[in-house]
Amino acid sequence: MRVVLAEDLALLREGLVSLLETHGFEIAAAVDNGPSLLKALLDHRPDVAVVDVRLPPSFTDEGLQAALEARRRVPGLPVLVLSQYVEQLYARELLADGAGAIGYLLKDRVFDAAQFVDAVRRVAGGGTAMDPEVISRLVAGSTRDTPLSRLTPRETEVLELMAQGRSNAAIAERLVVTERAVTKHTANIFTKLDLPVTGDDNRRVRAVLAYLNR
Amino acid sequence: MNGGSVEETRLQRYARTPWRGLALWMLSVPATLVGLWFITVVSMITSFVGVLLFPSATMLLRDRLDAYRDRIGRWTDITVQRPYLPEPAPEPGLNGFFKRFIALVCDPATWRDYLWVVVDPVVAIFTAALPGLLILNGLWGYVLAAFAGDLIGHYGGSDWYAYIPITEGYGRDTGRVVSTLVVATLSIVAGYAIGPKMMTVYGHWGRMLLGPTKKSQLALRVQHLTETRSDAVDTSAAELRRIERDLHDGAQARLVAMGMTLGAIEHLLDKDPQKARLLLAETRASSAKALHELRDLVRGIHPPVLADRGLGDAVKALALDHPMRVEVTGDLPGRASAPVESAAYFAVSEILTNTAKHSGASRVWIDMRHENGMLRITVTDDGHGGATLDGGTGLRGIERRIGTFDGVLALSSPMGGPTIVTLELPCALSSPKISPS
Repeated sequence: MRVVLAEDLALLREGLVSLLETHGFEIAAAVDNGPSLLKALLDHRPDVAVVDVRLPPSFTDEGLQAALEARRRVPGLPVLVLSQYVEQLYARELLADGAGAIGYLLKDRVFDAAQFVDAVRRVAGGGTAMDPEVISRLVAGSTRDTPLSRLTPRETEVLELMAQGRSNAAIAERLVVTERAVTKHTANIFTKLDLPVTGDDNRRVRAVLAYLNR
Repeated sequence: MNGGSVEETRLQRYARTPWRGLALWMLSVPATLVGLWFITVVSMITSFVGVLLFPSATMLLRDRLDAYRDRIGRWTDITVQRPYLPEPAPEPGLNGFFKRFIALVCDPATWRDYLWVVVDPVVAIFTAALPGLLILNGLWGYVLAAFAGDLIGHYGGSDWYAYIPITEGYGRDTGRVVSTLVVATLSIVAGYAIGPKMMTVYGHWGRMLLGPTKKSQLALRVQHLTETRSDAVDTSAAELRRIERDLHDGAQARLVAMGMTLGAIEHLLDKDPQKARLLLAETRASSAKALHELRDLVRGIHPPVLADRGLGDAVKALALDHPMRVEVTGDLPGRASAPVESAAYFAVSEILTNTAKHSGASRVWIDMRHENGMLRITVTDDGHGGATLDGGTGLRGIERRIGTFDGVLALSSPMGGPTIVTLELPCALSSPKISPS
């Protein structure tokens, strides 16, 4: 699997390169600024891009802008955005085109190599990887006077994991329950929130996020 | 500036102005009386009684002249600000009293006020009151033509209406009656026609004598700057203290703990690898916590979205994170300077916090625009209203902080709501950053 990597701190860039290489990824390019990121994305057309939001030369959201621009030109190009901060505003912009294959994680998630690599694979496969912090803030932001308040604590937990982009199997493993139990929870959630039931993980994430963003 | 909420039509303005002019002229009656009292007091200034009465007489005079300022502000496009120099800080006892007395005597505006009282009645006749007087003169002409002229002549009186003699036989002389009617009509037409123009002339006259001079404008400015500067210094010092404390208790303490744990791990590595592994996991969690705290701290100093995108998107991000339903409208075509952006951002953030805490609102609307060199942000909520600047709501603090940038805060919060907070900050916008393509 070919990866384009953009990170301006040399130490972190080297760390990410070796982390991804150990887990069998091939690094097509590792760049340190916005313009060369866009060029690398368009030249290499990688299977997945791992991008830091803040990049030189402007040290603003240059990485995000380059990723969005690349996805405008190559629809559905899988991009995993890393950042010191997660912002709902940026999450919305990333999800706006509805094409999936989007990840948005805090940089600390790299500490847990297995989970991080799992997220990269998920995004490369067209799935979604939203940082738990984005999701929990979304959920916290819409709890008053909405059907969300009717969910049991367990169901809320399942909803958050779903919104992060995890499959039923992954949710079951995480919560230490059977997959059938998770299926039951998700069915309950969809009924309570009045959402169309779908087996496709990606469409499911979008439905949940759209619901939360309302 | 139009004081009323309903904009006057042109016709209304023309119809009303002559009578307003007369009303302004009438103001000179009480003003002259107060002026007489003032000059009487001044004539006694060598005695203790004069000194004792001087401040109150001055205040009385200022009070009277505020009526002129108010009327000119409402009836013309001219705003007349109060020109008075700031009074010294109140001090108890005789000392304070004398300080105030000296300050009032030394304020040129005090003497300009008196000049106004003396000169204005005459100036008003030829400016603001002239249209009204012309109209009255016209009406008198009609009365003369109708019957009064005849009466005056009949009883042997004699008078002039403009160039027309009014003597015995006036009523039977059609030529003179018609001339009177023509002159009267012209007089009325002229009165209405020149009304607004004369009012404007009067407004300029008012601003010249009742408004601030260059010197008092500077004095007022210096006072404002001194106040806001000390506020700015205080707040930034408090901010630095908070940041220092947060770093000391948070990230710094965690890094120390991590260093110690790493040292312990070094020792345990050979003896008890199992325990070392456990401590490593702990250290990792600790580093994540330190990061988390640093993140929160930075957010409080300068939010990332604000740095990346500017005020518009930063407020949108704020709205998304807010527990209430917040709608953001308006568009800023460029970016303000970083300190102004930051001040505006934290002001909005604090207003939202206040709204969530006190208003009982469920929805909030934020509108942002930039017009005539002024950044205007309006925050409206559908809560129960009744907010005050001083009720511990923190609005006073916001006002002080944007005061550093000559910004102002206006609050409208009737009982039962809605509450509207308006911020205005003078600033220029730079052209927007072109996104990479």
